[in-house]
Amino acid sequence: MIILDLPVHAIAHARAGDKGDVSNISLIAYLDSGWKVINDLATEEKVLDIFRHLGATQVKRFELPSLKALNFVIQSALGGGVNSSLRLDRHGKTLSSHLLHELILPISEDMIPSNSPYLKNFKE
Amino acid sequence: MIEKVFIGCGAGFSGDRFDASIPIVNEFKKINAPKYLMFEVLAERTLAIAQQFRLKNPEEGYSPFLDSYVSPILDDCLENNIKIISNIGAANPMGAAKRILEIAKKQNTKKPKIGVVLGDDLLEYMSNDEILNSPTMEGLDFSNNKITAANVYLGAQPIAEALEKGADIVIVGRTVDSALALGPLLYEFKWKENELNLIGSGTICGHLLECGAQVTGAYFADPGFKDVPNLANVGFPIAEVNQDGSFIITKPNGTGGLVSEATVTEQLLYETHDPSNYLVPDVTADMTSLTLENNGENRILVKGGRGKKSPEKLKATICCDNGFMGEAEISYAGPNALARAKLAGEVISERIQILGLQGQLRVEIIGAGSVHYSMDETSSYHLPENGDYRVRTSAIYPKKDQAQQMVDEVMSLYCCGPAAGGGGRGYVTPQSSTASILVNRDIVDPNIQIKII
Repeated sequence: MIILDLPVHAIAHARAGDKGDVSNISLIAYLDSGWKVINDLATEEKVLDIFRHLGATQVKRFELPSLKALNFVIQSALGGGVNSSLRLDRHGKTLSSHLLHELILPISEDMIPSNSPYLKNFKE
Repeated sequence: MIEKVFIGCGAGFSGDRFDASIPIVNEFKKINAPKYLMFEVLAERTLAIAQQFRLKNPEEGYSPFLDSYVSPILDDCLENNIKIISNIGAANPMGAAKRILEIAKKQNTKKPKIGVVLGDDLLEYMSNDEILNSPTMEGLDFSNNKITAANVYLGAQPIAEALEKGADIVIVGRTVDSALALGPLLYEFKWKENELNLIGSGTICGHLLECGAQVTGAYFADPGFKDVPNLANVGFPIAEVNQDGSFIITKPNGTGGLVSEATVTEQLLYETHDPSNYLVPDVTADMTSLTLENNGENRILVKGGRGKKSPEKLKATICCDNGFMGEAEISYAGPNALARAKLAGEVISERIQILGLQGQLRVEIIGAGSVHYSMDETSSYHLPENGDYRVRTSAIYPKKDQAQQMVDEVMSLYCCGPAAGGGGRGYVTPQSSTASILVNRDIVDPNIQIKII
């Protein structure tokens, strides 16, 4: 079986929310096979590394296996929060896309939905 | 006994689409069961702004969009027994109720009975010092600030009581968003205070509805990866809630959008921290036991919600003035645009130093991953030297003219900056900062009033 290092965007989707200076980002696998990989490998440490440059100090991970979902709660990631941040994206709404781009995991074809453009990586 | 209650959500934030509730109302006309239409239009900042309006004119301070949301559907709702529940009251729920009576009169429709929930405004029964001396949950020190708003989050019980008193419409100020759905459920199903799994389920239902179309395919589309049909006409959500707390999330027939396990899961975790401890005044809801099942096209059955004892204290948000933010932008495009944009950013930084403006200046380059990196950080994105880049600077200063000075510096790049800068724009906006405090229920409870007009 071919395994490639790809962005988690290939096997999961995400949404970011904000409360004060705390961002939460869900990471939801499309398929059961993808859930196993994100549950095993999408760790608090890796997520903290991805957001450290924004000031993140701590990440807490919550699991919802029946929904194939993880929820990351990231402290101090929003430049003070929606009412005091100097950033263009004061809510950190776009941080979900950053996670999907930056978190690289070992991915096999069976974890990817059948209509996904990522499948072409396995045909080259 | 009532078997099913239908709850639609016609707005998920202040300024959400004004015509979104019309397809819900049209769908509800065909249904013979208790029907509710909720509008969630009150963010933390929205309330601070509303409070300013009320200070200037005691008749105002409710949502400035009230007419736009209520007028198009008021007649149909009253004629078809669709009850409206909304936090459109903002800083002045009574003012909102009076305005709705005026609209009803103007539209020549029957006079509605409106329930008004009061008691969320802490400034009416706590002193500034009492509020400022409460430790903030964020650890911020607000003791030297001027409070512009302080509102405690109320729960669903007052809404249920207003319905019990015969209200066709219930207007609240600061209330947890999910209570806009839980209130009607408590009233219709007569769920008791100790039936925590039911109250937890009703809270989760409200949480899924409260952001409008975010559960029905909006804020979800990622073309080629997550496609959503007819996003321009996305249908806003309807929950069909059963007596046992299970419910179906769906949307009106003929609308765009998508209801799937994926859309529901994304919204479930939106602005959620610990999913086993989702705190609202009525309950501590637990989402970890939930299951989602397909129940036909664009229908997801949500089951298994749980609840635990409600939190001991209530959360309140306090808002204070926080100076003025200057923001300004200018574009560089074509050959070597990235280098020219960076030079522009450096020039502004140096000018701000020369002018002696104290405080942090942020420089971002739009087109270079600006929302994830500042100009000085190494972006992980591949950035071509030639392209289309826009420099953005921002800073918050105590005085308005300081913020304007920063903006003026960016505008001066038209003549004093790198080659071929264009499209300069600048803004100065007043800022309000917020923090949360915890308040004892015995301070709040005696001040909660339900008035019927």
